[in-house]
Amino acid sequence: MSAVLTTQALKKSFGAVIAAANISLSFDADTVVSLIGANGAGKTTFLNMVTGYLKPDSGRIIFEGRDIVGLSPRQITGLGVSRSFQIPQLFQTLSVRDNLLIAESIAGADNPQVKTDAALARFELGSYASQLAGLLPEGIRKLLDVAMALSSGSRLLLLDEPTSGVSADEKFAIMDVVMGAAQAADVTVIFVEHDMDIVARYARRVVAFYDGGIIGDGPPDAVLHMTDVRRYVIGEEIPHAAA
Amino acid sequence: MKAAAAAAVALAVLIAVALLAPQWLVFMTMLVLAKGVVVLGLVVLMRTGLVSFGQGLYFGIGAYAAALLSHQFHIADAAVMLLAGAAAAGLAAALLGLLLANYREIFFAMLSLAFSMILYGLLVKSAALGSTDGFNLHARTLFGIAIASGMERRVFLLAGSVCALGAALLVHRLFGGHWGRLATAVRDNELRVAYLGASPYLVVYVNYQIAGALAGLGGALVALAVGHVDPETAYWTTSGEFVFIAILGGTQSIAAPFMAAAIFEALRTVASQYAPNVWQMSLGLGMLAIIMFLPTGLWSLVRRRRAA
Repeated sequence: MSAVLTTQALKKSFGAVIAAANISLSFDADTVVSLIGANGAGKTTFLNMVTGYLKPDSGRIIFEGRDIVGLSPRQITGLGVSRSFQIPQLFQTLSVRDNLLIAESIAGADNPQVKTDAALARFELGSYASQLAGLLPEGIRKLLDVAMALSSGSRLLLLDEPTSGVSADEKFAIMDVVMGAAQAADVTVIFVEHDMDIVARYARRVVAFYDGGIIGDGPPDAVLHMTDVRRYVIGEEIPHAAA
Repeated sequence: MKAAAAAAVALAVLIAVALLAPQWLVFMTMLVLAKGVVVLGLVVLMRTGLVSFGQGLYFGIGAYAAALLSHQFHIADAAVMLLAGAAAAGLAAALLGLLLANYREIFFAMLSLAFSMILYGLLVKSAALGSTDGFNLHARTLFGIAIASGMERRVFLLAGSVCALGAALLVHRLFGGHWGRLATAVRDNELRVAYLGASPYLVVYVNYQIAGALAGLGGALVALAVGHVDPETAYWTTSGEFVFIAILGGTQSIAAPFMAAAIFEALRTVASQYAPNVWQMSLGLGMLAIIMFLPTGLWSLVRRRRAA
């Protein structure tokens, strides 16, 4: 399988804090990768660099064969990299339908209305279609945020903590919908997640961040059982002698 | 279709006014149309989340552009003057918009105010343009056809009606579709707009130009109606009046600015006749009442009635 996204020696620091020490990763097409790590480990910084919100101090980011460092979020989105946010970014005074319609229209869909109807069905948002986005419950806001990101033209979907702020009994239902839609749209998914149940269930590959570097990379079973990952990411008490 | 029908009815009424009404009503209707067009532009900006306290800039540019055609170049065609007013203001907005489209909220409002006051200062100081007194203009033809003496204002009103209704229909069409939703999207969340692949800057820039051109058209209309221009057109109180009318009407409909402008002009005419010393106070009290009881403007009354 060819790599859809490759980063080479990405470095980024904020003053004395190193958010990306030397990140070289390659992501295959049509896979689902989870980025894990404690707060401040550099996961969101990585997403922000890939989407152009932050410019790396050095290094290269190759999306579908093209170096995208220095491009704006708008340009990178235009190339097919879309993202959802930890705090859903919606158009609060517009209906759910209009939110999706704007996303599809900007993406240049041939028939935005039809695409919007399809998205409403796919994300099970039909019953909320005419509600204002500002008045939705958090789980639905999360879904809408992802649905907007996954509009026409998206080939790489980045999700920043898709289940944060969602109740425990809702989170699997939401992830089932999101992952089903992503698979149907044939996009590569990279998601940042703190919930290890979600990671174990949906990721095919896990990349563990710590202190701006990578301490584990591989299938979920392997990575989630590594001593460093258990200590620094999951936060288990592991005596040093045993390490 | 509903909008087109409403516009057709409005045009019929305006034609009747132009042909049959007394001169003072013809004059007042022109002022209403002119201010309504400027406020329409302001509403376009407000839908994008921006308030300009400096539309007097483009209002002034439109008025002076029309007047200068007559004064400096001896072009006395009303249609050319209206087009020139809108074009000159649109051009100026295209230039200043490059800078202003970067700003939001109070910074946008104050910068737009500053630019309008620069124009005011220039006009006041330029003796060639009559300084504070301004100068007169004469339009004697429309599309090259000579206008009978005494009929000028009636013909100007006809031309102005077509321009204003045309502009209103264009804005209605533009804002009824994707562009209108996109403007609201920019108002709600620019980050999301950028992360969907569109440029908030471009949306603001284009809408700023539309607002500028409409203000220029309004300025040219007033210049034709009054037959005189002076720096007051660019003064901040003029800009403030437009914001006042915009809040009075609300931003929900394309018809609201015209309705609000009509109420404003009627109030002003009546109040300045019967209560010349307190008419501004009565406007102020009216504004207070609007903000407290009808925060989305007078148009919400029309909506409520329809819903009932």
